[in-house]
Amino acid sequence: MQNAALEANAMTKDQPPIVEMKAIEKHFGNIIALAGVSFSIKAGECHCLLGDNGAGKSTFIKTMAGVHQPTTGEMLIDGQATTLNSPRDAMQAGIATVFQDLAMIPLMSVARNFFMGREPTIGRGLLRRFDVKTADEITMQEMRRMGINLRGPDQAVGTLSGGERQTVAIARAVYFGARILILDEPTSALGVRQTSNVLATIDRVRSAGIGVVFISHNVRHALAVGDRFTVLNRGTTLGTAKRGDISHEELQDLMAGGQELAEFQSSTGQAI
Amino acid sequence: MEHQNGSDVSQDERIKAESLFASLIKKPELGAMAGVILLTVFFAFTADSSMFSLSGFMNFMTPASQLGILAIGAALLMIGGEFDLSIGSMVAFAGLFFGVCVVTWQLPLEVAIPATFLFAAAVGSINGTIVIRSGLPSFIVTLAFLFILRGLSLVGLKAATGGSTQMRGIREEAENNWLYQVFSGEAFPDLFIWLAEKGWIDTFKSGLPKVQGIPVEIIWFVILTLVATYVLRRTPAGNWIFAAGGDKNAASNSGVPVNRVKISLFMVTACCAALVAIITVLDAGSTDARRGFMKEFEAIIAAVIGGCLLTGGYGSAIGAFFGAIIFGMVVIGLSYTDFDQDWFQVFLGAMLLVAVLFNNAIRKRVTGER
Repeated sequence: MQNAALEANAMTKDQPPIVEMKAIEKHFGNIIALAGVSFSIKAGECHCLLGDNGAGKSTFIKTMAGVHQPTTGEMLIDGQATTLNSPRDAMQAGIATVFQDLAMIPLMSVARNFFMGREPTIGRGLLRRFDVKTADEITMQEMRRMGINLRGPDQAVGTLSGGERQTVAIARAVYFGARILILDEPTSALGVRQTSNVLATIDRVRSAGIGVVFISHNVRHALAVGDRFTVLNRGTTLGTAKRGDISHEELQDLMAGGQELAEFQSSTGQAI
Repeated sequence: MEHQNGSDVSQDERIKAESLFASLIKKPELGAMAGVILLTVFFAFTADSSMFSLSGFMNFMTPASQLGILAIGAALLMIGGEFDLSIGSMVAFAGLFFGVCVVTWQLPLEVAIPATFLFAAAVGSINGTIVIRSGLPSFIVTLAFLFILRGLSLVGLKAATGGSTQMRGIREEAENNWLYQVFSGEAFPDLFIWLAEKGWIDTFKSGLPKVQGIPVEIIWFVILTLVATYVLRRTPAGNWIFAAGGDKNAASNSGVPVNRVKISLFMVTACCAALVAIITVLDAGSTDARRGFMKEFEAIIAAVIGGCLLTGGYGSAIGAFFGAIIFGMVVIGLSYTDFDQDWFQVFLGAMLLVAVLFNNAIRKRVTGER
């Protein structure tokens, strides 16, 4: 078991990345939001994208998710240069994004949310109908796999905690065939316990061979699950570090752009 | 460590087992059903016993059904997150178009009826397209159409009749057509004659039944309720309606064609108005510009009493069904009692208020909001 996992891990190390972004620039009018960002993601790894507010994280993942098209730069999927014109294109290529609003409707049941827009059907022609039974069964099964026990598939999403909702959104993306899962600040609004649940979910998804892009501005959360770390600062990246090659303080410094935070830390004598 | 994470992961100790009452109360239609029961008890004590005879039942079900057909459309649209304040005026406008088809253009019903539905759907799609394209609240766009369509009905009637706001002679043109039976009068007359012969229902001295059949609007109303319920609960389109009304951004990010769903709902609502127009115009044999006056509000009230949330994303067609029946019971039922009939407006306002407060509380329960 352990050996197999190690082997799998070793394999992913040598694998070519599923998605590679090369020197991506994105300009909005006269504002340069991204000034040449390179990033890659392989199967079965968690690549953390760190950065302070306004660093360009959102613009970058929206470019990756097909919402924005890069001004210059190249995007390779499975080694092929690709242009994503819409989020739908991205989904078709296996890139799923869980944005902060989660695309969940609180008044609707978990099962209805899970299959929203992609309802399974039975019957033909006029009798083609929403296969509620299958939808309910799959929902319960997928949620159990993620470690969440629902009261029933008809439980409203509004009654779930923030972490559980995040997990439903992740489970949905995985079920619908994501190879790359982009998580936009999944832990930013959560408490300690909920955060650890979401981090456990990320770990579970990664072991299933899915590449996770984990966006965060919390170094602690990133270090807990990340395999590689890329820091964005003012629209540029200062390179990518592997797990173990970089410390908490170094990451924190890179995010803040170095100087000020270091000075502040030396005056208080504490890490932030 | 082992025993903590072991066997009892299947149950969360903080989730209380739900009582039957708690799970029932989350059904959107429950309030309206309870309302019908309460009203039945109320009228059982205060009204003349003939209210609950077969003819009394048809008496209040007929206006309830005419309103109910509109209420089902309004409910679907409300669940989809939009309003249509123009449905009352749409009844008059569709009635005018239907009258012109039959009387002025001398079209047979086989052509006039589909044409009226197509016409209504087109007006509905204009309504919907303006709402979607402009991003304005449907409340204000359809309020404009409330006046536009009412005004056009008046102007059009005068133009078609040479100055009158009423167009007569529709029945004479239509009654020999087989479709007349589908949209007018009573269904299953033979069944009721048979029941009368058996002595199971009240008869006149001549032996003919007092109730000659089920008014067709009741049948249309029941069919429409069943279809709407099926669509909402058992089709992908139903899921899209709930999703579009619940959160249109979340829905469209998940691949729901929100704009198409909403415009279709506006078209369905307008077609419901056209159905009411055809039924009532054939029934009266004439059409006039005041047809459907204030019906938009009554239909929305029926939908809200039936558990639809004003904010969209929640509600049911069965709820609107009972909401409309409540309406009919109150309006007609008071005439069977000693109360002044004008109490009905007070009654209705109070019902609406109670329903909204109740729905709000339910919504909080469902979403677990505190």
